[in-house]
Order: sequence, then C-alpha cells, then structure tokens
Amino acid sequence: MFSHIRPAIVLFVLLTLLTGVAYPLAMTGAAQALFPAQANGSLITKNGHIIGSSLIGQNFVGDGYFHGRLSATSGADPTDASKTISSPYNAANSVGSNLGPTSKALLDRVAADTAKLKAENPNALVPAELVTASGSGLDPHISPESALFQVPRIARARGLNEQQLQALIGVHTDGRWLGLLGEPVVNVLALNLALDAVGKP
Amino acid sequence: MTTQKNAPALFDRALIVPAIRDAFIKLDPRTLARNPVIFITALVSLLATVLFVHDIFGSGQNLLFSAQVIIWLWFTVLFANFAEAIAEGRGKAQAASLRKTQTQTIAKVLVSPGSDSTRNVPASQLKVGDVVLVRTGDLIPGDGEIIEGVATVDESAITGESAPVIRESGGDRSAVTGGTRVLSDVIKVRITAAAGSSFLDRMISLVEGASRKKTPNEIALNILLAGMSLIFVFATASIPSFATYAGGSISVIVLVALFVTLIPTTIGALLSAIGIAGMNRLVRFNVLAMSGRAVEAAGDVDVLLLDKTGTITLGNRQAAEFAVMPGVTEAELADAAQLSSLSDETPEGRSVVVLAKEKYGLRGRDLASLNARFIPFTAQTRMSGVDIDGRVIRKGAIDSITEYVQRIGGQHAVPKELKEIADRIARAGGTPLAVAEGDRVLGVIYLKDIVKGGIRERFAELRRMGIKTVMITGDNPLTAAAIAAEAGVDDFLAQAKPEDKLALIRKEQAEGKLVAMCGDGTNDAPALAQADVGVAMQTGTQAAREAGNMVDLDSDPTKLIEVVGIGKQLLMTRGALTTFSIANDVAKYFAIIPAMFAAIYPQLNSLNLMHLATPQSAILSAIIFNALIIIALIPLALRGVKYRPVGAGPLLARNLLVYGVGGLVAPFIGIKLIDLAISAIGLV
Amino acid sequence: MTINGWIQILIYFALLTALTRPVGGYLYRVFNGERILLSRPLGWLERGFYRCAGVDSQTEQSWISYTLAMLAFNLVCFVALFLLLLAQGHLPFNPQGFGALTPDLAFNTAISFVTNTNWQSYGGETTMSYGTQMLGLTVHNFVSAATGIGLALALVRGFARRSASTIGNFWVDLTRATLYVLLPISIVAALFLIWQGMPQNLSAYTNALTLEGVKQTIAQGPVASQVAIKMLGTNGGGFFNANAAHPFENPTALSNFLQILLIFLIPAGLTNTFGRMVKSELQGWALYSAMSVLFLVGVATCYWAESQGNPQLTTMGISQPIGNMEGKETRFGVANSTLFATITTDASCGAVNAMHDSFTPLGGLVPMVNMMLGEVIFGGVGAGLYGILLYALIAVFIAGLMVGRTPEYLGKKIEAREIKLTMLAILCLPLSILGFTAVSSVLSQGLAGLANTGPHGFSEMLYAYTSATANNGSAFAGLTANTPFYNVTLGIAMLIGRFAFIVPMMATAGALAAKKYTPPSAGTFPTTGGLFIALLVGVIVIVGGLTFFPAIALGPIVEHLAILTGKAY
Repeated sequence: MFSHIRPAIVLFVLLTLLTGVAYPLAMTGAAQALFPAQANGSLITKNGHIIGSSLIGQNFVGDGYFHGRLSATSGADPTDASKTISSPYNAANSVGSNLGPTSKALLDRVAADTAKLKAENPNALVPAELVTASGSGLDPHISPESALFQVPRIARARGLNEQQLQALIGVHTDGRWLGLLGEPVVNVLALNLALDAVGKP
Repeated sequence: MTTQKNAPALFDRALIVPAIRDAFIKLDPRTLARNPVIFITALVSLLATVLFVHDIFGSGQNLLFSAQVIIWLWFTVLFANFAEAIAEGRGKAQAASLRKTQTQTIAKVLVSPGSDSTRNVPASQLKVGDVVLVRTGDLIPGDGEIIEGVATVDESAITGESAPVIRESGGDRSAVTGGTRVLSDVIKVRITAAAGSSFLDRMISLVEGASRKKTPNEIALNILLAGMSLIFVFATASIPSFATYAGGSISVIVLVALFVTLIPTTIGALLSAIGIAGMNRLVRFNVLAMSGRAVEAAGDVDVLLLDKTGTITLGNRQAAEFAVMPGVTEAELADAAQLSSLSDETPEGRSVVVLAKEKYGLRGRDLASLNARFIPFTAQTRMSGVDIDGRVIRKGAIDSITEYVQRIGGQHAVPKELKEIADRIARAGGTPLAVAEGDRVLGVIYLKDIVKGGIRERFAELRRMGIKTVMITGDNPLTAAAIAAEAGVDDFLAQAKPEDKLALIRKEQAEGKLVAMCGDGTNDAPALAQADVGVAMQTGTQAAREAGNMVDLDSDPTKLIEVVGIGKQLLMTRGALTTFSIANDVAKYFAIIPAMFAAIYPQLNSLNLMHLATPQSAILSAIIFNALIIIALIPLALRGVKYRPVGAGPLLARNLLVYGVGGLVAPFIGIKLIDLAISAIGLV
Repeated sequence: MTINGWIQILIYFALLTALTRPVGGYLYRVFNGERILLSRPLGWLERGFYRCAGVDSQTEQSWISYTLAMLAFNLVCFVALFLLLLAQGHLPFNPQGFGALTPDLAFNTAISFVTNTNWQSYGGETTMSYGTQMLGLTVHNFVSAATGIGLALALVRGFARRSASTIGNFWVDLTRATLYVLLPISIVAALFLIWQGMPQNLSAYTNALTLEGVKQTIAQGPVASQVAIKMLGTNGGGFFNANAAHPFENPTALSNFLQILLIFLIPAGLTNTFGRMVKSELQGWALYSAMSVLFLVGVATCYWAESQGNPQLTTMGISQPIGNMEGKETRFGVANSTLFATITTDASCGAVNAMHDSFTPLGGLVPMVNMMLGEVIFGGVGAGLYGILLYALIAVFIAGLMVGRTPEYLGKKIEAREIKLTMLAILCLPLSILGFTAVSSVLSQGLAGLANTGPHGFSEMLYAYTSATANNGSAFAGLTANTPFYNVTLGIAMLIGRFAFIVPMMATAGALAAKKYTPPSAGTFPTTGGLFIALLVGVIVIVGGLTFFPAIALGPIVEHLAILTGKAY
C-alpha cells in the first residue's frame, strides 16, 4: 500500500494541474476568442443595459406579454435572509417543482392556474406547458400552442388584432433542428421583444 | 452391450417407509447445516413456531392460519429431507445386494510366502500385504493381486455378469475383488486393500451416499443459492419498515411465508438427491466412480481416447471381398477359399465361409463326406489349407503364398496383380490373404477390420456434443487412417505405444481440454492416472484399477460414451432445477405481495393476477405449492433431465423453454389450483 | 408518442451503434500501448508523468497490487477534495464569495465525486465557487472515470489472459485513459457545446434588468469544460442545480443530442474493446446487444408512460398533446426528456434534463429500475462493462449447467471462487439500497427530507439510495438531502456501491487471469448468439426484479394504481 502512495499523490497533482487548471483555462481562453457571445451567456442588451439572456426565461406577469412556463425557483426572503420565498425565474438558483404526479400540491396548483387561464381564453383547451413548471425553472421557451393560447389576452391588452399576433408567433417559432431533433418552440423573451417593437401596451 | 441393472421403482414402498423415517432423523441440525437453503428454512420455521406458541398464550389472532402456514413450512423441510433420504435409500438398496456377499469370510493366510501352511484369519482383520490361499468354492476375502495360479472366478456379485472370468498371475488379468468366488483351481492372492477400504466397501459407501463429498460444481451452486437466499433476506427484512412508512404492519408469519417461498428451496431440497442419483445411475450402468468429482468431470470431457480393437472395431477381422487374379472367376476363388476354411475355426476362417455363402450361395459342405485332409496353420509354413480330391488349396499371407507358388511353379507363376491388389487392400485398412490352388494364384481374400455397427453414429453424436474422438491403434498409419475414416473418429494415433498415449493426453490437457480414456493393462496406468476421466476395466490389473477414477465392471470400453452422458445429465439436472426454482419466484411474488399489503394498499389487488380468493388463501397456496413442488420433482431429480446429444445451443434453448418458461408458468397454475382447493374445503 | 420522437430515438441508437466499433478500436489501441495519432503530441507528457511518479510503465501488477494502487489513489482524491471543499472560502476563482461547505456536505460531496456518483446534496450555482468546480469537481470527473475504465480493462484482461498473474498497471491505465481518451474528446465536445450557447467564463454572476423591469441575477461560470467531461465520464454532477435541464447547461436540442451521445460513447465502445481483447468482437457485440435490448425497452416504456400525461390533469381539461410536462423543458419535450432519463440512469451518469421526481409513476419507475439492475445497461464508464461481465458469469453458470458442462465463459471455467466473489459483489446492491431505505423510512430524520407524501415520498427515498448505491447520482430531487442524516447515509451507500463491488470484482479478475483456457467446442454454450443475449437479459431482469419487487410495488406501482383511481396524497 505504501509503495502506492507516491505515485498516487504525484499523479493526482499532475492530473489536477492538467485537467483542473490547464484544461478549463484553455477552454475559457478558446471560448472567449472563438464564441465570445455564447461563452458569456448569450446576453441581450437594450439601450446599453443587459436585459437578460436569450437562453434564460423571465418572469413575465403583465397581461400584455406572453407568459412563460411556471417556475418553481426561490430566493432569499429580502426581509429575513434565513428564509426563502418563491422567486420565479431566479437565474441564480435553478430548480424544478419536484412535485410528484399524485401530489395534492401539484393538483391544487394546476387547478388554480387552469381556472385562471380558462377565464382568459374559454374557447380552447389549456395547453400543458402553461400549467406545468419547467425542470430548470428558467425555461426560455413555450410551445407554439401555448403562445397561441395567450393571443386573445394579449390582443385585448395591447389592442392588436389576433391575426397579427399569430403571424408574429409564426415568425418566432423555431422548428426542430434539421426538422428532426427537439420540439418546435417559441422563445418568450424574443417574442415579447418583437411584441414591444410592434407597439407598446 | 451393457448389462444395466434394473433401477428400483421410483417410489417403492420398501423405500418410502424408511425414507419417511429418515426425513425426520435428518432434522438434526448438524445434518441440516450441510444444506444452507434448507437450514435457513428450518431456522425460520423454528422461529415461526416459537412465535406461534407465544401467540397461543397471548392474544394471537388468526391462529388457524398461522398453524397451517407453519405446518407447511415444516413440510418443506421434511420434503427436502425425504428427497435426500429416498435417493440414499435407492443407493442402499443397491448396496444391500452387494453387502450380502460381504458376510464374514474366513481367510486362509499363508504363514510364510514359501510354505503352504495357512492359518485362519477373519477377513475383517486382513492387512495389506497378507498372502491368502483361495481354493475352489471359496470367497476371495479381499481385494488383491494373484501372485500364483490361474482360476475361474464368478464376479457376478459385483458385475451382475454370470459368465465366469479367468484370473491369472502376471499380465493384465491378475486383479481380484473381495467378495467374488473362485469356481475352479487354487490361487495365491496378495491383499492390496485393508479391510474396510476394499473395492466392495468403497462401492457400498458410494452408492449409499455415506461418503459422499460435495463436488466442486455442487459447492459453486450451493454458494449461488446461498447468495440468492441472502438477497431474499434483504428483500423480506426490509418490508416491515416499508409497511410502517405506509402506515401498516406485516405479521411475522406472512414475512416468513414470503421468505421461504422466495428462497430457492426447490433446488436446495433436491441438490443432494441429484448428486446421489447421478452416482447411482453410473452404478446401474455397472460403472463405479471413485468420486462425484469424476462424474462431473465426465460431463466436461472434450476428448475421448478409444482403443481401436474391441472399442471401435470388433475384436476380429472378417472377410469382406474376394479379389480375383486375371483369368479366374470369382466363383472359383470363392469355392477354393471356402474349402480351405471349412475346418478353420478362427473367426476369420468362419467369416470366409460366411462370405462365400452369402455372396456366392456356396453352402457349407459336410466335412466328413468330402474325404478331405486339412492342413492346419503352422508357424513354419504360415499357411493353412486343404487337400481334397487331388486339389491342393493353400491360403496365407501374401509373401508366404508368393514363396509357395514360386517354389512349385517357378519365378513367373505369380501374377503381378497380386501385389497390386494386396497393396490396395492394405491401404483400405484391410489384411490381404492370398489363395492358391497348386501353382496358380487364384486371388486374394480381403480381411477387413469390421467397425462396430452403429459406432459411426455414436461418434457423430459425440461430435455434436462437442467431444473429439481419438482412436488409438498399433496399426500402421495407412491402415489406421482408413479405419479412422470408416469409423468416423476425428483423429487417430497410429503405432501407438503406451507412452505415446500419455504424451497425447498431456498435449490435449495443455490446450485446456479434459481427456477421458479407458484402459486395462498395467502399462495403461500412467495414462489412466493422467486422464481427467480414466475408466479402468474390471478385468484389468490392480494397478490400472487404482490409477483410474472409474471402474467399468463390464469391461466395455464403449461405456465411456454413456459415462459422459451421465455426467452431463447430472449437471443438466442441477441447472434445470435451479432455473425452475428461480423462475417460480415470479408467480409467488404475484400471489403474496398483493395479499401482504391488502390492508395497506387495497389497490395492489390489481397484481393479484391469479385472482386468488383471499389474502390468506393466497399466502397459504403459495407455501403449499412451494412444498409440494419438491415432492413433485423428486422423480425428475432421481431420473435426471433427459440428455440429447445435440449441440449446446439447441439443448439450452430446449431446457430454457421447459424449465425456464415452464418454471414461470407452472406455479401460476399450481397456486391457482391449490387456492381453489383450499377455498372449496374452507381451510382459511 | 410521436413518429418524430421515435425517429430521434432511433437516430440516436443508430449513431451510437455506428460509433461503437471505431471508439472500441481506438480504446483498444490506446490501452494496448500501440501508437496512435496523439502519441506524438502527448507521448512526452505520458512518459513525464511516469517519471515524476516513479512508475515503471512496463511492469504489470497483480490484482491485489492493482486494487491497492486504485484504493490509494482514490483515498488521495477523497482527502484532497474533502479539504478543498472545507477550504473553499479561502481559495481563488470565487467571485460570488461562497464559503466553506458543512463537514457532512463536504464528506458526501467528496465521496460522491470520487466514486463517480456525483450525487449532489447541494445546488451548484449557490454553493460552489468556480475554483472548486474546476480544481475539484472537474478533476474528479476525469480521474474517477479513468479509474472505472482501468478497472474494466483489468477484469477483461482476466478473461483474455491464460495462466497469468498480472492484470495490467493501474497508473498506466489511469494516465492513458485521461490523456488519450477523456481529455481530447472533452476538448472537442466543450467547444461544440460553447458554440451551442454554453457559457465558459470566469466572470461574476450577471445582473440584468428584465423587460418588465425586475432584477435578474444570471449565474455564469466555466460551464462547458465541466459539462463535456461530466457527460463523457458518466459523472453527471451538474454545474447548476437543475443540471442539464438548465438552459445554460443544455441550451439546444443539438447540445442535448451530443450530451446523451457522450454518455454512452465510452461504455458502448468498451464492449467492442472487450471483444477485441478476448479476440472475438462478436463477444463484445453480444454484450452490446443485451444492453441495447434493455435500453430500448426502457426508453419505450418511459416514453410511453410520459406520453400518456398525468391522467388527473387530463380530467381537469388540460391538453397534454405530447404528455406529462411537469418538470420538463419545452425544447426537449417528452421524447428527449425520457430518452435522456433512460440513458442517464442506464449509464451511471445521473445528469438530468428533466425532473424525474415529477415523472408519472411508471415513467419514474424506469430510471429507478435501470439503476436497480446494477448500472449494467452500458453503465458507467468501465463500471457498466465490469458489472455486466459479472452478470454474464452468473448467467453462464446457470445456463452452462443446463448444457451439461461445468460452466465456462470465454474459455474460463466458472467455479466456486468466481461465484462466491460475484455474489459478494452483487449482494452489496440490495443490502445498501433496501437496508438504507428501510432505515430512513422509519426514522424521523429520513422522513423529514421528503417533498411528497404517500407512495411518492417512499419512492423519493428508494430512488436516493438506489442512485447512491448504483453510483448514478440522479435524484427524485424533491428530497432534501443536504442534512447530516442523508449526507452520511448516502455517502456510505456510495462507498458500498463503488468499493464493496470493486474489490470482489478485482479478485474475480485475478482468479480468472490465473485460470487455464478451455477452448470452446460444439458442447460449449456459445456466448455470442441470440440465446445468450436473451439469457443474459433474462438473468439481469429476474435477479434485479426479484430483489426489488416488494419495494417497487410499494412505491411506483402503488402510485400508478392510485393515479388511475384519482387518488392524491
């Protein structure tokens, strides 16, 4: 056993230098040189201010914006740092709801949200994406169906006609990669930015 | 070919009664401890019993149900003991007939090797090295070697063969076995085995299962089964906590029932019975294995070394063809050949007559009426023949006849075709025998080594089993190759000396192969000892018998093939019942799990695929099935799974289907039927 | 289930199958010491490592020496990481100023990364500094994977060699695995992932003012370099708490595809390397096929179950066209989430791109069963191969008897010693999983961590100990595991699952290497055909199934039956 101690320590140190120092720093250097936008978080600036990341969802609540998925993230209670409170789309603390399928809490939450959404758009079935929490709590996307479901509300709030909004959704729908991988999605932040470009609420 | 002793009926009354008694005697913890699975079963049964007794005096509920479960738990243990007892019983029945011969014999021990004066010593007090005198009608008092004399010996006590055999000092037939009887003459025998360790003693203890040691594979399997049992310890021991979480509780009796049905009790119960039965099966084929290990090794054999003469070919050559010289008709040759052989009583000679009759319709002629003079074979002339009605017919080896004809008829009397034909016959593996009438060579009789009927198919069978056959012969390579091709062996060793045999075995073993061979001579002993399975012939020398790990009482070399089959059957039976036992668990889970949690999670009743009547009947049915299946499978364990000489793939596919899939399905049906029965009777 | 979903699954499987042979061949050449493309640029480094460490690369080790070397190395790794985690507050690359971990969390995390489990009782972006992620976690992602590869090679050498006393050199295997296999592939994969949008920086977290004028702090870091090896080494420990569900840790469907490909890449390739080492690639393909059958059955089951959606949501009038979306990301949908979940639990990866805790009962059962089967469906790098080889020994032992021979696998007779060691290794799985679950389901400390009640709460505990013992690291993440009770018990479960399995496995390797070789004949049960594959699958399922059936019945199965009757807890 003792004869193994020296190679164990020496190789551990060497491998740490190689894989824990040289490798990540080299990758950081290469990333900053080759793909600076992506490497720094795909940030979006507007009027010189960072308004977010194209990959990170935001907690839209206004009637005039498309809403994203539910987010179960939490954050420190500003009034008492030892407690946490619900803080949707907290991009410094990603988490899912982790509610099981037979959880009463889940069913109650879904029932409440469904009731609200049905009131907004009584003519359509409520799409699952709008009443379920995403895995990360930071999902930047919703399905095209979920976007379309929200059209009547936004049309009312912004005074736009529904066809215009539907066309906008169509433009901002990203299909599958090569028509194969993933699911068709709408980036909520991008869509809302486009919405703002069309006309302020 | 083999004199198979009759197996006792599977469930003979005379066997069952003692076996039932033994089943109880085997409840002795020391005996139980040898079988881990059954030992665990007994332990938990005991635990359940103690708790039950406690419950009787406490406020126990469901006492009737608990009592029934406990009874069946104990039945499981007893059935396992019974399986072993009945296997041993069958062995004992065989041993009993042997033991009859072992009644106290009085040996006449020579006072000194030179003298003829003897003193009487009970056979049980003989020492190795004692020399005893055995006269006509005496039983030979112990295993030994004849150092003086020749005798006919009745060995039917051990071989079942009633024809007496010749035993003589020196050579390969010097060994005698205690308990056999001298029918004629007087011999001096040097005792080679101390009383109690003689051949017969070993045979008795082996068939009785008394000295049975666990074989390597049996040990490995036992470890696997113990491991499986441990897994089920974890699986069942964790259930009470799980139930507590779900807000309920599970009674110990139900847990015990689940545990016992899950652990591989079926194979655990039958494992030793399978081993004993395998040994007995060999004994019924008149082969004695010195250890269970040897039987297992037989199943693994890769290479069989077989002596040509007596094993592959009949001991004697036979006439197969008459090849004529130019200007001679076949009928003419056949007639001469027949005449010359009429008085020849050797098998070769007779075969010439037979061939002439079959092929040319020449009937045997009355010797006396022919007024013929027969010339017998002598070492000087190396010819035999007949002088009849002025015809002088001679037959013999090619060079003898050539010389004879040239002497009478001059240098050119011998046609060149004679040599051509003779060479052709030699190449084909035969022996040419020339026939001449006067100075005229008529032709050649083709004496052929006759490959035993059906042996080719046996070898094809062996090949399918993955076993390579090698023929050992003293013939020249040309002849050997021809016979090898005809018999269908995979390889041959020509002009073989005993040391060549040993070298061949070592070479095959170096390649990782297991080699089996049989032999009888003292010079076979090293090879027998080297081979993984060495079957010594009972007629062989003591040295050969000691070197081998099996003895064939019939001295039939082809028995090697049966021995391999029995070894394979033994392993297969173990594997099949293990698979069956484990596969059974699926159904037992589906019976017990829904029943177990009926009170906590009623919705689990969806898993009650068999629609068993009540939770209690479900549990009881499973445990009853688990016990009864042991009894039901005893015949299979004793008889063994049928071995078919096909490749490993088809064999496994078949066994997996029968014992794997069958093992999955059978308990579903069985448990359901038992449930119907106990619900109808109203046991719970 | 949609056609498109199945096409994605089949494209994945086809590509994996196509890569198996080239990867296997490359690994074979690397560990055989043959010259490869990278020998020129990296050979000097390899030799330098040996020189510094005083290792003679030509000298091989016995199984005992190999195992001791491995244990010594892992001990050094554990101590170093444990101390690093406790000293975090004083170390550089810590823009968020995270302090030291509690000792129990540091214990759990150190074991977790050393055992290639990468169970996370913590949330990455709220606990770990960039320095810790690089110097600690990234390093152990590499070396624990390299350790696994070495161990698998050692066992395979046991099969391949005849009457041998050595089974390779741990230091050489460790160095070569890192230098020629893990590092180069990680570099390429990291660049690809960055291109797809994965951050790779050392900046502090970004403060953004959202469109609606709310402050949003966005976590950053050297993500890509760690994620590449986390997938390739089947480690699975996320840079962020939400792991591969986090948009930064898995930005696109394409990055997702690459990540799941990386998970199976080496385990699949190793089956082929194994085949080459025992001089019959068909033997490798047989294992590959058995793994594939189990994998595809798992995907199909999980995908089907999740596609059904939550029946209780359907009754509320919610449209679930693609299935149960709670805990799933829109860009992955159900097909990619279930494919990921199956792969990550088949292999002992444990990364997740959807929250398994919110899967339907049967959908969540699949990941759990995958782990209970012993992580042999491709499995962890190396660990999957040595795991399935032990199962193959058991399968062949039972089947071999049924063809009437002392069982033999790859020309090695399986005797009492091998069976004893194999059973010893396999037994540690139920002991740890069922034992710890039983304990925690009656202790208040155990129950305190549950996020859900009823059978689902039970499943959370069962999943946690299964994941830890199987060295997977994924979770039914509702369980609050960052408590002394869970940190310590899960830590022990991880140790049992790794080392209590490895030591008997290595003893088996030694015993096998010492054995003679028995050439196969027509009487030998062929271990390449469909029959063997079916048998191996059957043994794995039956042994695993019988062991865990009661536990499963009380968790997912009861919950499934409850959901059908509209019950909630």
